[in-house]
Amino acid sequence: MLEQIYKAQRLMDAACEKMGRPINIMEVCGTHTVSIFRNGIRPTLPKRLKLLSGPGCPVCVTDQSYIDSLLELADRDDCLIATYGDMVRVPGKSGSLETKQSSTNVKIVLSSEDALQLAKDNPDKTVVFVAVGFETTAPATAVAVKEAAAEGVDNFCILSGHKLVVPAMRGLLSEKNHNIDAFLCPGHVSVIIGFGAFAEIVEGFGRPCVVAGFEPLQIIEGLGAICQQLAEGKATVQSIYTAVVTKQGNTTAQKIIGECFEAADGYWRGLGLIEKSTLKLKDKYSRFDAVRRFDISEMPAEDKSGCRCGEVLCGLIKPPECKLFEKTCTPDSAVGPCMVSSEGTCAAWFKYGRERRR
Amino acid sequence: MCLAIPARIVELEGDRAVVDAMGNRWKAKTTLLPDAKLGDLVLIHAGFAISLVDEEEAKKTWQLIAEINDFRDTPNKVSG
Ligand code: SF4
Ligand code: SF4
Repeated sequence: MLEQIYKAQRLMDAACEKMGRPINIMEVCGTHTVSIFRNGIRPTLPKRLKLLSGPGCPVCVTDQSYIDSLLELADRDDCLIATYGDMVRVPGKSGSLETKQSSTNVKIVLSSEDALQLAKDNPDKTVVFVAVGFETTAPATAVAVKEAAAEGVDNFCILSGHKLVVPAMRGLLSEKNHNIDAFLCPGHVSVIIGFGAFAEIVEGFGRPCVVAGFEPLQIIEGLGAICQQLAEGKATVQSIYTAVVTKQGNTTAQKIIGECFEAADGYWRGLGLIEKSTLKLKDKYSRFDAVRRFDISEMPAEDKSGCRCGEVLCGLIKPPECKLFEKTCTPDSAVGPCMVSSEGTCAAWFKYGRERRR
Repeated sequence: MCLAIPARIVELEGDRAVVDAMGNRWKAKTTLLPDAKLGDLVLIHAGFAISLVDEEEAKKTWQLIAEINDFRDTPNKVSG
């Protein structure tokens, strides 16, 4: 194992030497961010190699307007909100789902199936499933929608906040002031979409994409592989997470996503409107779409809290550059989603900083 | 939220499974992995099996999950 680490470190050093300027690698995925901090990887990297945390946590990238719509629905007597636990603490205009929980309209579920069951058990209420996440959770939502249609569970619907990883990467690279040289691509998203999906980024933007698992050696080797490509002036798609990631991914899951959803333009926190980056229910299933059922507006909401999550998510600033960081904004009393989510960049920096000071 | 958890299929009826990870058991579905069989080790995400996984990889991921949970559970207060 040490040999592999040394090899990766040599590759990183060589790339820094060769490039003669700082190298910025974005880890797209929040789980990578946490693992990088947890395992103390940052201090072992060459000074000129910078890691940027990307828009990889579904909680963080969900637009404010989505949260506000949920909070409004939670206030209705005829609705039950079924949500993954990660979403309940994200603050909106009027508190968070957690503060609404007292009103018993908010139920935490572990899967879309539980949400569907909740609808079956409560025929007099409309169950709104908080359908967030990337390609890893979208197929689960799709299965539930198909079942609801087949079984006629008409009091079930979803508020789709599903997002697609590759269009977000495209969106970031289309910004004029971005500084991303390469991507460390998410592991479990790639189980679904396959590493072939990143070809678009490599071909369209000439940025190396390497898929790695979440354990430290995978991350270090992934960074090494990226550096090797940069030093050689190449940009290819590579996967070193061979244990579970294939080129074509899980085609059954892709097919089910395709049956229920179509790609639509949509808003991301921080990144704004990105073309064909979100998943919207197809017409065939529109009766399960909470947006239609409750006539929800999809305009982005303004966030006046002073939170700079948007810039954090694009890799433009590091959390300590936000004035609220550690002052008014802490994991116990979070101002923005990047501090709320356990995979959020601000939360990871908060804990890392604390460990470093010890 | 996207970290999938390796678990073994210990009961299977149609696409309804019960899976086990280090003694914890819960319900999951194999709809997205139609070839999954009883006894297989699979990655579970949001209640669905999404891929097969081998023993060695499963162990590494369990280890990682334990570390991440530990990371989450460390108290949030800034000391002193
Ligand atoms: S520290 Fe808090 S307020 Fe600042 S960007 Fe992060 S989450 Fe937002
Ligand atoms: S695996 Fe997916 S959702 Fe999870 S942190 Fe990574 S990118 Fe985000």
